[in-house]
Amino acid sequence: MATASPKSRPLSPHLGVWKWGTHMLVSILHRITGDGMALVGTVLVVWWLAALAGGPESYAAFMDVFTVKGGALNIIGYIVGVGLTLCFFQHMASGIRHLVLDTGAGYELKTNKMFATLTMVFSVLATLAFWAYQIWGK
Amino acid sequence: MAEFTLPKNSVVKKGKAHPAPEGASRVKKFKIYRYDPDSGENPRYDTYAIDLDDCGPMVLDALIKIKSEQDSTLTFRRSCREGICGSCAMNLDGKNGLACTTAMEDIKGEIRITPLPHMDVIKDLVPDFTHFYAQYASIQPWLKTVTPPPAGKERLQSPEQRDQLDGLYECILCACCSTSCPSYWWNSDRFLGPAILLQAYRWLADSRDEMTGERLDELEDPFRLYRCHTIMNCANVCPKGLNPAKAIAETKKMIVERAI
Repeated sequence: MATASPKSRPLSPHLGVWKWGTHMLVSILHRITGDGMALVGTVLVVWWLAALAGGPESYAAFMDVFTVKGGALNIIGYIVGVGLTLCFFQHMASGIRHLVLDTGAGYELKTNKMFATLTMVFSVLATLAFWAYQIWGK
Repeated sequence: MAEFTLPKNSVVKKGKAHPAPEGASRVKKFKIYRYDPDSGENPRYDTYAIDLDDCGPMVLDALIKIKSEQDSTLTFRRSCREGICGSCAMNLDGKNGLACTTAMEDIKGEIRITPLPHMDVIKDLVPDFTHFYAQYASIQPWLKTVTPPPAGKERLQSPEQRDQLDGLYECILCACCSTSCPSYWWNSDRFLGPAILLQAYRWLADSRDEMTGERLDELEDPFRLYRCHTIMNCANVCPKGLNPAKAIAETKKMIVERAI
């Protein structure tokens, strides 16, 4: 009888069957927000610098993508702006969480889950506060 | 690079359905991963329905019942049925655990059972542990000393020194934690994983062991130790309530502390 050689053995299901917890979600969010900011942020800065170097017209074209005529942000401006701030606050909060974990504290399951949930609560509240100040606070 | 989807030969297909016996009052459904190495076919999900009024309370009771009454080809490891041997470690409805200490009533609806995640499957719920055991051997899990033992006596420990091993010595090497760790899924070739790192720390924390420096040298590696990103799945699934993530953090601290 032919028995499957070790090479042809199937790989058991992993991500597809796994039940996620807050701790796992916050961990991957740290990566996603970090990479997101690095990628989008770099592209934006380079684009902005290039537009600035290209003269008043190219700078106006750059500004036109993100703002309406009066100078306020348009829809794209808000999506990018809110997205970046949310990423920033989430990344900062989970970064602080990692710092605490690196000292050997916060591993007890309940504490750990609460801290993970708090990073998300903080990032949403901080983003709301930031934009509320931007829009009405000045 | 991590592969997030299953390779072609591992995609799980729909399998056979085994209905509940006639007259069953409290029916519980199971969806169980099946792989027959002799068939050359892909793995499949077979469904089974059992009568809870005619079965013990644990998932393992149901598996044994299915094997003896409905389908004798169902293959799984089991031995002690009281959570000390670690044989029946498997994925129970999305979380790793021991079938013998997981109550059916704690899982709502249909219970999906798959082998421990991201492992090579030998048959049905039986994964290949060769690599896992080789990694365990690599940390040299025994007392290593340079000084001769006190003449005619054992090496003594104070109660406080012995306390340092609590939460470490209880590990039964069931591999629930290692196979719950996404870092281990993507890097098991080089990352030691939570179970083995907890064992490694068990010897680092032992006051009688005299090879602490050498042990830390072996672990200080971007992959072996530092692929742990404190995702915390390990501590959340451990059927013995241990905390491998904490043991790994303590190991990292030891490496920092000896450098400063």
